[in-house]
Amino acid sequence: MSQAVAAPGTRRLGRQSVAFARPPVILGTGAVVGPMENQGPLAGSFDHAYPDLLAGQESFEQAEREMMLNACRTALQKAGVTPDQVDFFLAGDLLNQLITSSFTAAELGIPYLGIYGACATSAQGLALAAMLIDGGYARRVLVACSSHNGTAERQYRYPVEYGSQRKPYAQWTVTGAGAAVVASPDLGSGPRITHATLGKVMDLGIKDPYNQGAAMAPAAADTIRQHLLDLGCRPEDYDLIATGDLARFGKEMAAELLARDGGLDLGDRHVDCGMLIYDLDRQKVHAGGSGCACSAVVTYGHLLRRMAAGELRRLLLVATGALLSPTSCQQGDSIPAVAHGVVIER
Amino acid sequence: MRPVAKKPVKADQRRYQRLVQEREPRPPRLRNACAAFLSGGAVCVLGQALTDFYQAVLGLDRQAAGNPAIATLIFLGALLTGLGYFDKLARFAGAGLAVPVTGFANAVTSSALEFKREGLVFGIGSKMFMLAGSVITFGVVTAFFVGLVAAVIHR
Amino acid sequence: MIYLKAFLLGGLICLVAQVILDNTKYSPGHVLSGLTVAGGVLGGFGLYDRLVEFAGGGATVPISSFGNALVKGALMEARTHGVLGVLTGMFELTSTGITAAIVFGFLAALAFNPKS
Repeated sequence: MSQAVAAPGTRRLGRQSVAFARPPVILGTGAVVGPMENQGPLAGSFDHAYPDLLAGQESFEQAEREMMLNACRTALQKAGVTPDQVDFFLAGDLLNQLITSSFTAAELGIPYLGIYGACATSAQGLALAAMLIDGGYARRVLVACSSHNGTAERQYRYPVEYGSQRKPYAQWTVTGAGAAVVASPDLGSGPRITHATLGKVMDLGIKDPYNQGAAMAPAAADTIRQHLLDLGCRPEDYDLIATGDLARFGKEMAAELLARDGGLDLGDRHVDCGMLIYDLDRQKVHAGGSGCACSAVVTYGHLLRRMAAGELRRLLLVATGALLSPTSCQQGDSIPAVAHGVVIER
Repeated sequence: MRPVAKKPVKADQRRYQRLVQEREPRPPRLRNACAAFLSGGAVCVLGQALTDFYQAVLGLDRQAAGNPAIATLIFLGALLTGLGYFDKLARFAGAGLAVPVTGFANAVTSSALEFKREGLVFGIGSKMFMLAGSVITFGVVTAFFVGLVAAVIHR
Repeated sequence: MIYLKAFLLGGLICLVAQVILDNTKYSPGHVLSGLTVAGGVLGGFGLYDRLVEFAGGGATVPISSFGNALVKGALMEARTHGVLGVLTGMFELTSTGITAAIVFGFLAALAFNPKS
């Protein structure tokens, strides 16, 4: 079979992956979080932590905007660029019509595309940014995503003050925002995005909106399997394979599926952003974190720091998203899920 | 040869759902049941104490004294919700706080609070019964038909 | 003695609801609606009042009492005014609960903000 060659040196790999000819670099990142995230094991890893959920604003929605804008400004500042030097802004969040992203884009004044991949938005943005840059359509791209416990819970589930017991497999929406400036390699240095694998939507019929981990696990397993197949590599080729936010139960399911259908054992190499961000035993978040911000702030605040410190050389980030809508769930539909992978190298 | 990606089929879905069902972590059922029993019982004892109190102080008969007692419990539920304690207590007590009338107060108050930012009319006014509405709807529909049948039989 | 009975019956009703919540996929909304309907049906047969006599607050405080009170109000009026009484008497006994919930809920919403 022939492999379509899009631009000189730019290659498609296998069914779902691309390899970047001149891997774009991450020039600067911004990771801001709410109070709970900064009380977990990653406390102190973030650029800014707000003392409360309102972040000095009048509503949780405004607080989420403030967080995304802050993350973007931090990333721009660390990259040493101004908004007018950035070609495109790709951003997504969980709120209806991506309202957080649109307001942030209005503040920044950078040409903007809203992207939606639920909690997979972080990797979706990085992959798209790298494609735009490596394809020659942009020199610098700002990517961002955000989520907020107070805005997401009321949209997907119950008011925050409603007294309901959560199931042990339920996840806690992370409050925060992550942003990164991705640029052509001749414009600076930083961690390089070498490959991307875009996922297929998987729907294995899970209907419980609290059980997002189980709904997303098949997508994560499928994307990881396909990624390794497309690139012809093994799990051992990575120092770390970080899934988005499957949390405790979802991670267990993903491992089970990888072993069952692909004979793959990721072992200790496999970590999950939803489990890294909170202390699961102490913080009463049940299975772990979720939300767009989860994989973004863990990657930018924690994993890339470890990479800069020389602890990680090659990282596969597989961000997973449960693409449910409140309406689809109430009408008894199952939860479609997607997972996108990007390879980040030192 | 590039492998063709398999589409999940129904059998796959069934198999996965079975797996999830088997492995799903269960809630601490015994602990939850005990907590619900104890806290639910305690709220009802409080309701009874309030009834006795109003009976003695206001000189009402037992049935009439139930009204201010219920109103007091609702007040407490609304207040605890507003102060942000109800959801934390309910995380422990579960049905023990949800089933008594305090749960009804919490459902009303938490919805009203949450949608306050959408304004007095579209927010508080119309969202107040977002969660508690179904209890009223089903209660009234049930009562309508039960009442109708009983009224016809008794005539 | 009434306190012990109130504790036992009230606790038992909550226990049943908790067991349903923990062992099925039903939400609290489903369970509470179900309890209200159950209270209404028992009230229709005059059985709920026996529970109230037996356990006082143990029967009047749980939400099932709301279903019973709706039925009782409707029936009381129905006895004097016939079928039309079902419409006029429906909220006769439940007025306290609904009014208190609306007023206190409204005031709490004005006074407080959600905290998480």
